[in-house]
Amino acid sequence: MSLTLEQVKQIAYLARIGIDDEDAGRYTHDLSSILEFVAQMNTVDTETIEPMAHPLDLPQRLRPDEVTEENQREKFLAVAPAVENGLYLVPKVIE
Amino acid sequence: MEWEPVIGLEIHVQLLTRSKIFSGASTAYGAPPNTQACAIDLGMPGTLPVLNEAAVRLAVKFGLAVEAEIARRSVFARKNYFYPDLPKGYQISQYELPVVGKGHLTIHLDGREKRIGITRAHLEEDAGKSLHEDFHGLTGIDLNRAGTPLLEIVSEPDLRSPEEAVAYMKKLHQLVVWLGISDGNMQEGSFRCDANVSVRPKGETKFGTRTEIKNVNSFRFVERAIQFEIERQIQVLESGGTVVQETRLYDAERDETRPMRTKEEAFDYRYFPDPDLLPLVIGEDFIEQVRRELPELPEARYHRFIEQYGLKPYDAEVLTATRPLSDYFEAVVREAACDPKLCANWVMVELSGALNRAGLEIDRSPVSAERLAGLLRRIADGTISGKIAKQVFELMWDSGKDADTLIEEKGLKQITDAGAIEKIIDEILEANPKQVAQYRAGKEKLFGFFVGQVMKATQGKANPQQVNALLKEKLQGGG
Repeated sequence: MSLTLEQVKQIAYLARIGIDDEDAGRYTHDLSSILEFVAQMNTVDTETIEPMAHPLDLPQRLRPDEVTEENQREKFLAVAPAVENGLYLVPKVIE
Repeated sequence: MEWEPVIGLEIHVQLLTRSKIFSGASTAYGAPPNTQACAIDLGMPGTLPVLNEAAVRLAVKFGLAVEAEIARRSVFARKNYFYPDLPKGYQISQYELPVVGKGHLTIHLDGREKRIGITRAHLEEDAGKSLHEDFHGLTGIDLNRAGTPLLEIVSEPDLRSPEEAVAYMKKLHQLVVWLGISDGNMQEGSFRCDANVSVRPKGETKFGTRTEIKNVNSFRFVERAIQFEIERQIQVLESGGTVVQETRLYDAERDETRPMRTKEEAFDYRYFPDPDLLPLVIGEDFIEQVRRELPELPEARYHRFIEQYGLKPYDAEVLTATRPLSDYFEAVVREAACDPKLCANWVMVELSGALNRAGLEIDRSPVSAERLAGLLRRIADGTISGKIAKQVFELMWDSGKDADTLIEEKGLKQITDAGAIEKIIDEILEANPKQVAQYRAGKEKLFGFFVGQVMKATQGKANPQQVNALLKEKLQGGG
């Protein structure tokens, strides 16, 4: 399976990664090779194998429902580019 | 052509935990912005999510209540998209293996019952809030809500009208509040609904193209939004067009739905298992423990009220609307030890009316179940009539005193002494010879006049049945 240039640009857009046309051509080739490799693995019969969700063969540990975090807002706000009235400010988002 | 609507609902229920689903930050509503958003909620590098046990417990509780399969192993996945109120660039959700599988819920509508399928319910984290008021052309972000546990409950496309959709939504709301899974507060966003709507020619088995109406947050608006959308789609199809699969927003002010995004950025969430979280494994003992904590469910209690107390289905429905109301009713029945229908009427009419007028919930009622039972016992044993009881109830509401004290204080005890009632009747007949003659000449409507006079003379305290019987006797006796 090989990707088109358009698909690569779409993937880059979804991941919000800026790539130029020259790079896009190279990524198209490289990503296509990865997909070809995956396609080879797809030929193996895995019918009876449960898909692995995590490389560690352990169950998730659960945390008791307790409030353990203190308010550290001022520290977090201090590293943000723009803040006002305790809010983080971002470029206008319009629905 | 006759069209059939097909509707499925996705409902997001905010779970009633103290802390967030993956962090120890508080979930309390209404805190100053960003004071409850910790490093994990902000997606700071180097942090790891750890799953809240209570969120799992509440999800399992819901699953058991709708008789669903509980997944012994479920997996958290990343749903990737970019929006400023989602700091990590992905939402932790569940995709292929949700914690709750297929279940069902029974709705009641116009005396019919219908079983609505539940496809699945999965755990996920909520996003923050964007404040679009003007901050010098910028948008303000409050991340207090980010990481709040949600249970997304997806119904099968089993609903066939806006009314059914609302009945299902109300039933689900009743259930999650009943179970104590959520506070169900719709103004605060604890119960949010997305509706998938399509139409097809009646008799067709394939589904039409659906649209999704996002984030409708009241029962009334859900009904209106779906109604509008059905009519819109029928109009499109009847004029030869095709329905476009898209997300639409309901505008309550203009009572219409509008497409949300026109830009052709096809959603591609690129779900994949979250490597930060191990699979959630739920053991039999955990499930059994939750099962033991389950209260009697509203549907079961509804049927029991009909069978055990002989209530009408409508009354049973009203009295099981909330758990505190049904508990109150049962406490009254138990304490009063009299006709459950009398108890039902008093709880539904007098008590609920007074609570409504005062804007109070049942658990804040100034008249306790024991006190109301005390009043009903006095109706049942003939100490006071139903009419006087309403007076006593008002006095109880205002004074906080019990019925017996008030009946004694105000001298409201019913006159059941036949001799005393007879004496009053004699006086009234003597004072109104003209009416007596007219009655005896066949003008039987006047009977009510005599009853009224007796009641007036006794300030309503005469036993009405005795008054009726004695009056009849006297009036006929003389004729």
